Amino acid sequence: MAQKGIREYDAKRMMADALPKFSNGKIKFDASQVLVGPNTDLKKLEKENPWLKTEKLVAKPDQLFGKRGLNDLLFVNKSWQEVQKWIGDRMNKKVTIKQTTGETSGILNQFLVEKFVPHDVEYYIAITTSRDNDTIHFSTKGGVNIEEVWDSVVTLDIPIMKEIDELDVKSFLPSELADKKDIVAEFIKALYKMLVEYHFVYLELNPFTFVNGTPVALDAVAKVDDYASYQCAEYWGNLNFPNPFGLEKSKEEEKIDDLDDRTGASLKLTILNPEGRIWNLVAGGGASVIYADTVVDLGYTNELANYGEYSGNPTTELTYAYTKTILDLMTRKKDPQGRPKFLIIGGGIANFTDIAKTFTGIIQAIEEYQQKLKDINVKIYVRRGGPNYREGLNNIKNMGTKLGIPTEVYGPETHMTKIISMALDKKVGE
Amino acid sequence: MENYELFDKNTTAFIYGSQQKAAQRMLDFDYLCKREIPSVAGFITPTGSGYFKLFWGTKEISIPRYLSVKEAIAAKPKADVMVNFASERSCAESTIEALETDNIRTIVMIAEGVPQRDVREIAKIAKDKGKWIIGPATVGGLKPGCFKIGNAAGTIQNIRDTKLYRPGSVGFVSVSGGLSNEGYNIVSRNTDGIYEGYAVGGDVYPATTLLDHLLRYEQNPKIKMMVALGEVGGKAEYQIVQAIKEKKITKPLVMWVTGTCADMLPGGVQFGHAGAKADSKDDTAKAKNAALRAAGVIVPDSFEDYDQKIKETYDKLKAAGKIDEIVEPTPPNVPMDYAQAVAEGFVRKPTNFISTICDETGEIHNYCGVPIDQVIKENYGIGGVLGLLWFKKKLPQYARDFIELVIQIVADHGPAVSGAHNTIVTARAGKNLIESIVSGIVTIGPRFGGAVNGAANHFSWGLQNKLAPREFIDTMKKKNVRIQGIGHRIHSIDNPDERCEIMMNFAKEHFPKHPLLDYALSVQDVTTMKKGTLILNVDGTIGVLFVDLLKSLHYNDEEIKEMIDMGFFNAFFIIGRTMGFMGHYFDQKRLKTPLYRHPWDDILYDVPDKPEEVK
Repeated sequence: MAQKGIREYDAKRMMADALPKFSNGKIKFDASQVLVGPNTDLKKLEKENPWLKTEKLVAKPDQLFGKRGLNDLLFVNKSWQEVQKWIGDRMNKKVTIKQTTGETSGILNQFLVEKFVPHDVEYYIAITTSRDNDTIHFSTKGGVNIEEVWDSVVTLDIPIMKEIDELDVKSFLPSELADKKDIVAEFIKALYKMLVEYHFVYLELNPFTFVNGTPVALDAVAKVDDYASYQCAEYWGNLNFPNPFGLEKSKEEEKIDDLDDRTGASLKLTILNPEGRIWNLVAGGGASVIYADTVVDLGYTNELANYGEYSGNPTTELTYAYTKTILDLMTRKKDPQGRPKFLIIGGGIANFTDIAKTFTGIIQAIEEYQQKLKDINVKIYVRRGGPNYREGLNNIKNMGTKLGIPTEVYGPETHMTKIISMALDKKVGE
Repeated sequence: MENYELFDKNTTAFIYGSQQKAAQRMLDFDYLCKREIPSVAGFITPTGSGYFKLFWGTKEISIPRYLSVKEAIAAKPKADVMVNFASERSCAESTIEALETDNIRTIVMIAEGVPQRDVREIAKIAKDKGKWIIGPATVGGLKPGCFKIGNAAGTIQNIRDTKLYRPGSVGFVSVSGGLSNEGYNIVSRNTDGIYEGYAVGGDVYPATTLLDHLLRYEQNPKIKMMVALGEVGGKAEYQIVQAIKEKKITKPLVMWVTGTCADMLPGGVQFGHAGAKADSKDDTAKAKNAALRAAGVIVPDSFEDYDQKIKETYDKLKAAGKIDEIVEPTPPNVPMDYAQAVAEGFVRKPTNFISTICDETGEIHNYCGVPIDQVIKENYGIGGVLGLLWFKKKLPQYARDFIELVIQIVADHGPAVSGAHNTIVTARAGKNLIESIVSGIVTIGPRFGGAVNGAANHFSWGLQNKLAPREFIDTMKKKNVRIQGIGHRIHSIDNPDERCEIMMNFAKEHFPKHPLLDYALSVQDVTTMKKGTLILNVDGTIGVLFVDLLKSLHYNDEEIKEMIDMGFFNAFFIIGRTMGFMGHYFDQKRLKTPLYRHPWDDILYDVPDKPEEVK
């Protein structure tokens, strides 16, 4: 899905590979670092990285979240012995971290260990991308929340398709860099070329410094465009995309992810509130968002049980498996107040998906769950259009009659999301 | 055509890729709109040239295929659109190639997953050249009455239902391709219809934005109002706000940004589209809807009353007399594809072919109803498979074993027999496997190998007519027919043929009955009295034993006669001996034997001095 965050470890690994290459060897980059996970063989790691035992070290979680110092998750200037204990005490532990956007809880399971580098200055650089430009943001006041010193940040726009070598990078840099201007400019150029060639969409080093004329990144945040993975296999090496911190998936969500990965069809499921009474079984990425929106916009946010979609012409077996997962989740518990639950089988007007065929899998699953659906008082609302939709709607209507489950069906003549207000018996703004 | 128009009634396009179905849908749309010429000028298919056959109404037409963009534009210089179905890996390259021509003005990138930087570069090149890109990650869009991109707008039925065959007064643009159909539906139900409609695609940086198209619509006097559907993520909607402030957009615009539910989803949840993710407060659907509303855009409270807002806006324009009356055309019938008509139960036709021995149309191919995997698992063997395919029966084990026994026995009989000889001579003439063995197989017949059928025939006739052995021999003699399957060059009653013994013993041990063998042996008793070598030979033994086998399998005389007549019995000889022919072929090829030329001294030249003159 296009822009993917990567680990600090991977960002630095790529920098070590790319920077000498893109600066004709003028910029060296030492990426002596290791990543420690729950199953890492520390003895082996120690053998392969002898510096671990000889150098003073820094350790920190590497799981796509920042503000680690603020959250007491930065362990600086310590021995390998101390680092091992520090990591051991935190591995697989749940923590709540404070971010600018709020608090997030999650399990710690990946730690970056690197050389501790004594330094006096801390710089800031970020490269952002937008439609027409890439933009370099630089400040000599790094190492802090950059918004607080935003006045010190200078920016340079690089229009798309423009070579950075054609621009005067040196003159945009602040004068206080003095004799360091040359090396900083070289570094920025190499970094930018890497961003372009390696299809990064975001890169931030806050802070970075220089030790004996060599840049050292004390932190790195990066995102790459995973659409470019076919061009970048060699550059990226063994790169995986961790889930955002705190996003732990349930068994059911993982199952759907797995189906999504294994097949050409698209299947998505996020459980929002298992106690919710509105369960969406919606076809299409765009339509699924609108159905969830409408529940929220009608003021039923706390009743919205899930977000999900199926599309890309899934086979009958896949729609069956997907529907079953949702039916299983929604029929686990009765509403404590005995109110009905709603299964919204929604979607827009399909281009070429045979609606009767897709409904076959859905009907199979509903038949299998008929008793449970009746027991917890489920009402079904259907709205769909596209090839063969009349037959599909008819089949599902007949199924409802046969099974004795209240089922209402609508086609393209009914506004796409109308079934939600019908189910909730409510109009917008009421 | 004005600058703000992408297509007109004469627009023609190249399809990049072999998307014949999409092209057919374009032609069907053309036909429905009563276009005079097909909108597909050709296909660009680097894998091959030639043409594809498509329908223009009921008539088939051929559409040329070109190997490259260059070749295509040289052949059809008037085509100015390319609908690019190339995969996400090659879409950018072929798009740039088309952008760099003078002819192509509009390119649609269908693929999802084109790297962002590539798209940004393409957008830049296109802008510099004043060209248009739609996509990537889109189904495209259409201009009713003029031109439809590929698969946009779905089925002909849907196009008819939403009146997309003629222009209305509304310019529509959405992010999502999947929702564009729904958008056309909503617009057509609440206004006089779509004038133009596109989906720019769900990527982070679609090559043209919602605003780019709204600005075109603004300039087009035929478009009276605009309808747009945005999405959470990105800043594209703020460009619209800015354009309204700068009075670049003045026509009524009804717009909704989807994704208002995003706030309540856990951070990092990505919706179906790559671009649909809020990275800052400004990117959220709520913020964007509020900003648009503040700028004067008609924004509903939720998607629920999107249709109402569109209707109200249209009705106001209509009441103000700003909308011209549409003279409704009657769209012609577009013939339904045969496959679809069959699927929907509208037509039927008698078949020209029938197969009752196997079926390859199911999930796993079967032999006479037995799936091939089961054939293997249950050890049908060659005999069992022939039972299924030739007899259409699940044969008992002894029958399978007997068939295999026969095949092994007849597999080869040396290089001197006519079939092997021909195979060898042909192989040495430098011909290939199939040519060589065919030259061998064609010699199989009444004189070579064909005695199996003949023997079965002769002895069965004798037995059926209840002729005593001597009577049978005499009758055949009187009719001047040599009894087939009798006689051997070397073997005799005292020096029996081992192969015959094996088959006979097998039959005696396993067949429930073997009356014809017994009859043939009693005939042999008589013939060998005359000469010791007049024994039942291999062909004869196979022939009579097959009759006995069929009897044991409950075939009646008439059925057996029919099987003999169609050469059934020879078939076992052919299948066995072909193995031998192939062996000879490989042998010759391995030995690299040269062309065979028959020696003169082996030919009697007895040519007259001159031909007989015919007067």
